[in-house]
Amino acid sequence: MTVPRLFAPRAAQRVAMSVMWAATAVTVGLLLFIIGFVLRRGFGTLSWEFLFASPRHSGALGGILPTVVSTIYVSAAAVIVAAPLGVAAAVYLAEYTRESRLTRVIRSGTEALAGIPSIIFGLFGFAFFVTTLGMGWSVLSGGLTLGLMILPTVIRTSEEALRAVPRHYRDVAQSLGASKWQSIRSVVLPAAAPGVMTGVVLGIGRAVSETAAVIFTAGVALKMPFSPFDSARTMSVHFYTLTMEGISDDMAYGTASVLVVTILLINLGAYAAMNRLTRRYR
Amino acid sequence: MMMIARARRWVATTHLSDGVIERCLLFAALSAVTTLVLITLFILREGLPVIFDRGPMAFLGGVKWAPSRGHFGLLPMIAGTAVVTLGALVIGLPLGLAGAIALAELAPPRARRLLKPMIELLAGIPSVVYGFIGMEILVPFIRERGTLGGPGYSALAASIILGIMVLPTIIGISIDALEAVPRSYRDGSRALGATQWQTITGVVLPAARNGIVAAVILGMGRAVGETMAVIMVAGNAVQFPGSLLAPVRTLTANIALEMSYATGAHAQALFATGIVLFILSLALNGIAGRVRAVRKVAAA
Repeated sequence: MTVPRLFAPRAAQRVAMSVMWAATAVTVGLLLFIIGFVLRRGFGTLSWEFLFASPRHSGALGGILPTVVSTIYVSAAAVIVAAPLGVAAAVYLAEYTRESRLTRVIRSGTEALAGIPSIIFGLFGFAFFVTTLGMGWSVLSGGLTLGLMILPTVIRTSEEALRAVPRHYRDVAQSLGASKWQSIRSVVLPAAAPGVMTGVVLGIGRAVSETAAVIFTAGVALKMPFSPFDSARTMSVHFYTLTMEGISDDMAYGTASVLVVTILLINLGAYAAMNRLTRRYR
Repeated sequence: MMMIARARRWVATTHLSDGVIERCLLFAALSAVTTLVLITLFILREGLPVIFDRGPMAFLGGVKWAPSRGHFGLLPMIAGTAVVTLGALVIGLPLGLAGAIALAELAPPRARRLLKPMIELLAGIPSVVYGFIGMEILVPFIRERGTLGGPGYSALAASIILGIMVLPTIIGISIDALEAVPRSYRDGSRALGATQWQTITGVVLPAARNGIVAAVILGMGRAVGETMAVIMVAGNAVQFPGSLLAPVRTLTANIALEMSYATGAHAQALFATGIVLFILSLALNGIAGRVRAVRKVAAA
């Protein structure tokens, strides 16, 4: 692995550095370009009316209110499933066991789950929740499917956050007579809360942006979902439908803008939470 | 006496509840594994019948996919997935590795604090948005460019979009691998008079090799599993990808395109497509995990 002596080492160094930085610039440039492109074209469509009006003519006119509500509804359901399960799993892994055969199984299972393509979750959610359990295309089916999909994210980030809490927090709590669970509940978990939040917020981000897994579980009905058993079309699915069926370019760009801004805010939130955690223990 | 009794009861109940709590937590910890098992069972249950009915070889090796006439050959889609995944790596690997080297080895801390979240944000952009950008910009560009041409919806378009989408995976995991290389390696190399670049290529990259290989494999997994972005730019025609400019259909696209109206054996064949995809993802993930584990042992 030596660089051919085309240049003197110093010159090779300078060239190589420029190439590395250029590649980084391309990557960051792509990100800025994508965001800029969507927002610039979508800006004209964005208005309060666009957010808060009902769609007309399959979404060619009007607003996107039901899809906003559907997105919130389905993501909330996903978090209600994934957050308690994920945090509890992380507490078990970080606080209650040593490395053993069982934890290895749990860890590799969690990692494998994280690598499963979302379309497989869609297939599974359809076969299990929609069909076998008879929930139909609904907020509930979509939320449960997404909840299981984001579970590995929540487990992994929460476990990292718990492990970042210094050992002596537990020792002090327990030396004051707290049981293991009491010390975890009232000392360790609050200390790790920002990191846990990061995981949950990133999970919300994935739920909001997901399309393949929700389209076959929550369905595509373009109306306001009221009960958890109503079908719901999330913003991502709506955006996909608008573009693929060529319903309206303006509406597509507008919806994409709302989606991108939402993801930006979610990532900023996750980043801020993470910074609070690292600042606390550095 | 009352006090003692109360204290005893308190100790007893807290002890008991600690045990109960531990059991509950274990139950939650098993949720991911349980989900994995459920997914396996359900897609096998839905997909295996048609595989056994047609024979695994006819299913995997068949070149004809015509659901209305009962032909379920998956080979064109397997080839499609292979082509766009390799294409994605051709674009994503050099760009991603260079980005990881810049961030882990060259960037001052402040630049890194700014750039790393941006690259993570790239992973957060919805895949439908990537697909849309591809449709709006890349596809017309390919179609109208003299030397390229064709319908625009093509393996090339899918490869480029996927190449961008795998960047956060490749960069993120490569950075972890580079950061795991002990400082002393770099110091030793620099002390021997090597330049920073010679140190990177001669010492740091070889030491981080396994982690980087894992990053590439996980990036492959990401490309193999991507659905919406690919559907929007790949053209989705069932055919062997004769040229990079011709449309292709991937395994994921095959499922997503036909799932909404498939019934009977056709629906089973889509679940069977899912089985192939599922095994592929598990295998890639498993290999990446193994490769990374090797590194950890070597470092210890």
